Amino acid sequence: MFCDRCGNQAAEGDHTACAAARELEPPRFCPECRRRMKVQVVPTGWTASCVEHGTRTA
Amino acid sequence: MSEILDRARSQVLNDGVGLDEAQILEVLRLPDDALPELLQLAHDVRMKWCGPEVEVEGIVSLKTGGCPEDCHFCSQSGLFASPVRSVWLDIPSLVEAAKQTAATGATEFCIVAAVRGPDQRLMTQMREGVKAIKAEVDIQVAASLGMLTQEQVDDLVDMGVHRYNHNLETCQSHFPHVVTTHTWEERWGTLKMVRDSGMEVCCGGILGLGETLEQRAEFAAQLAELDPHEVPMNFLNPRPGTPLGDQPVVEGKDALRAIAAFRLAMPRTILRFAGGREITLGDLGTRDGLLGGINAVIVGNYLTTLGRPATSDLELLQDLKMPVKALSATI
Ligand code: SF4
Ligand SMILES: [Zn+2]
Ligand SMILES: [Zn+2]
Repeated sequence: MFCDRCGNQAAEGDHTACAAARELEPPRFCPECRRRMKVQVVPTGWTASCVEHGTRTA
Repeated sequence: MSEILDRARSQVLNDGVGLDEAQILEVLRLPDDALPELLQLAHDVRMKWCGPEVEVEGIVSLKTGGCPEDCHFCSQSGLFASPVRSVWLDIPSLVEAAKQTAATGATEFCIVAAVRGPDQRLMTQMREGVKAIKAEVDIQVAASLGMLTQEQVDDLVDMGVHRYNHNLETCQSHFPHVVTTHTWEERWGTLKMVRDSGMEVCCGGILGLGETLEQRAEFAAQLAELDPHEVPMNFLNPRPGTPLGDQPVVEGKDALRAIAAFRLAMPRTILRFAGGREITLGDLGTRDGLLGGINAVIVGNYLTTLGRPATSDLELLQDLKMPVKALSATI
């Protein structure tokens, strides 16, 4: 698994700052394969798509 | 009481004449203990020259990322190792975003594209998008598409775009340290064309790009000279992978001083809280800003980052007894 903000291994290093930043950012990396996702932000939400692992929304 | 605040009270509050560059600098240098009085004065100026209404706007990115320019703060430049990928929003999603924005009570919907200037494809998308929004949603449409040709200015007017955003970003003297792929003067040129077309001019920038206090004052004075209808104030939210990714964020008190100073430089403009306020000022900051010179907000999310929920801002406005500007009041 990968950090969806910085794209590094989730189990390695400290991702506390990433988690805090994610409160005000959509994810950028697919947590399953670390590909950069296509992310569209709209006023009330976002969608993030990995070509391999599908679309996440909020 | 400080001398500059006395001066501002008679010059700006009573006579409606904005502060000049030297005076703005004095305001930016006021000590922390003068801040409450400064914010109160900026608020009084806003109430007298603009009134209690707050203009609410939503923004959306029609074309994200992959920009050929090198604005050092921007995660959408294709020249940096930013994780933001290029993506286009389709027209149904654009209309849906406009609907969601209108549902918050917002009267402004700004369509933004990460480009140096529009190409044919973008202008065609705009024409279709604006038409579709106008057919279905009761909201005014603004645009921010970079540098324009005269023909593109005329096309946007023809589409019914009523306001055009093009930020100078920072003062003239600091600009070359922030952007090298185009000049401040080129941006000024687009703004002049927009002004002459009859569209409303929306022009602001970002604080915290490494500018000095003197340069912050220079920027406010240059904006005042342009005299835009609206000035969006952003505070740098350092983006990973950009040259300014490690820049410290603007201190809350400096941000509030700057807001008040910009208001005292431009008593009648729509001064809008834009990106970065959540990072620089936290939740309480929105309240302080609205009581210190701000009279407009972007609600909901930004282009590539998220904002606090629109409902939080709308509840705050109710609390402060500041009515949301109605559509009829803006036409
Ligand atoms: S022109 Fe706009 S989108 Fe492009 S890098 Fe500069 S700020 Fe970003
Ligand atoms: Zn991380
Ligand atoms: Zn994936």
